[in-house]
Amino acid sequence: MAQVMEQAVGPGPGPGQAIARTVPPKSIVPLQGLPVVIAVIGGMIAAIATNTQWALDFYHVVGGGLWTAIDLFVGLLLGPILGSLSIPARLEFSARFMPKMALLMPTLVTMTLGAGWQLARKLGNLAPGSVNHGWLVASYIVVGVMTVIALGVLEPANLAVLFELRKPRPNGEVIGRLMRRFIYTAGITGAMQIATLVIMTRVATQ
Amino acid sequence: MSEAALTDGTGEGRAAAPAAESPRLPPIAEIAVAALALIVVGGVYLASEMESRISLALPIALLAAAAALMLADLAMLARIQRFAWRRFRVVASWLLLAYVVIVGMLEYVFLFDGVHGGVLAVLTGMLVVFGLDVPLIISFTVARFADPDR
Repeated sequence: MAQVMEQAVGPGPGPGQAIARTVPPKSIVPLQGLPVVIAVIGGMIAAIATNTQWALDFYHVVGGGLWTAIDLFVGLLLGPILGSLSIPARLEFSARFMPKMALLMPTLVTMTLGAGWQLARKLGNLAPGSVNHGWLVASYIVVGVMTVIALGVLEPANLAVLFELRKPRPNGEVIGRLMRRFIYTAGITGAMQIATLVIMTRVATQ
Repeated sequence: MSEAALTDGTGEGRAAAPAAESPRLPPIAEIAVAALALIVVGGVYLASEMESRISLALPIALLAAAAALMLADLAMLARIQRFAWRRFRVVASWLLLAYVVIVGMLEYVFLFDGVHGGVLAVLTGMLVVFGLDVPLIISFTVARFADPDR
């Protein structure tokens, strides 16, 4: 990534004391990742259009596994570690980490849900009489809760933080306030992801 | 403008840039999230009843409520005087472009799957509200912390 370390001298702890700061690239979204995203989504569309069970299973299981694992890893392991770091370290980490997440997570979610819906259709699980129908409705509710949290709470905060980090003098108070959203929602997201693991393993073994 | 102190609780830190959030903004993001939640509930209901006889009363009521919240939000937004409109427009226009693609793909999937009639109309309405609502939440959140003069 074309990130540049620059020295920002501010009226902080001491006169003339320099704070190393990472400046995010001009583009909020890492553009070099877009071809990979297009290829992945294109593969998913092909899997749905051809209704190939292996490809649908692959996209659903790989996408879902990564989505759940990354959510739990970031929320339960990385988050608390990040919270214990100094603010400059947090800013530096966030400036590198969050643009990648802005591309990665929507791609994984699209893979999982797109392939999952088609797989359920193909296997007859959408029918009200299916033994898995109740579990699928439970999974819709879980995904619905995560959608509201992701699109309504976290993604706006993610982008607002990235824009704030691009300023010559990022406002730590604003960043801290926005980042608190991730802490507040980590428990709900974690619970939803564990529910997803239970639901999906039940569906796969009925 | 006052300088907000940026500390990490250990006494280390530096002075931060001045707080940039525009003062006393209406709860546009919160209302838009409520509209999103209504759309999601309607979507979950329709998905759970897919491939069976669906009563559209609940989804229509949810769609109407979400659309009303969305319109109220847009009206409140239009009345804001001091706001980072330029930043809002830039972010909103890119997001709208992205959501036109996303909503278009979803609409195509519905048509591909043979959804038609009232269900298709309600789903299309939900997609329109969804495609406007999410860009509004994100661009408003980004712009509220941007410098209104830039």
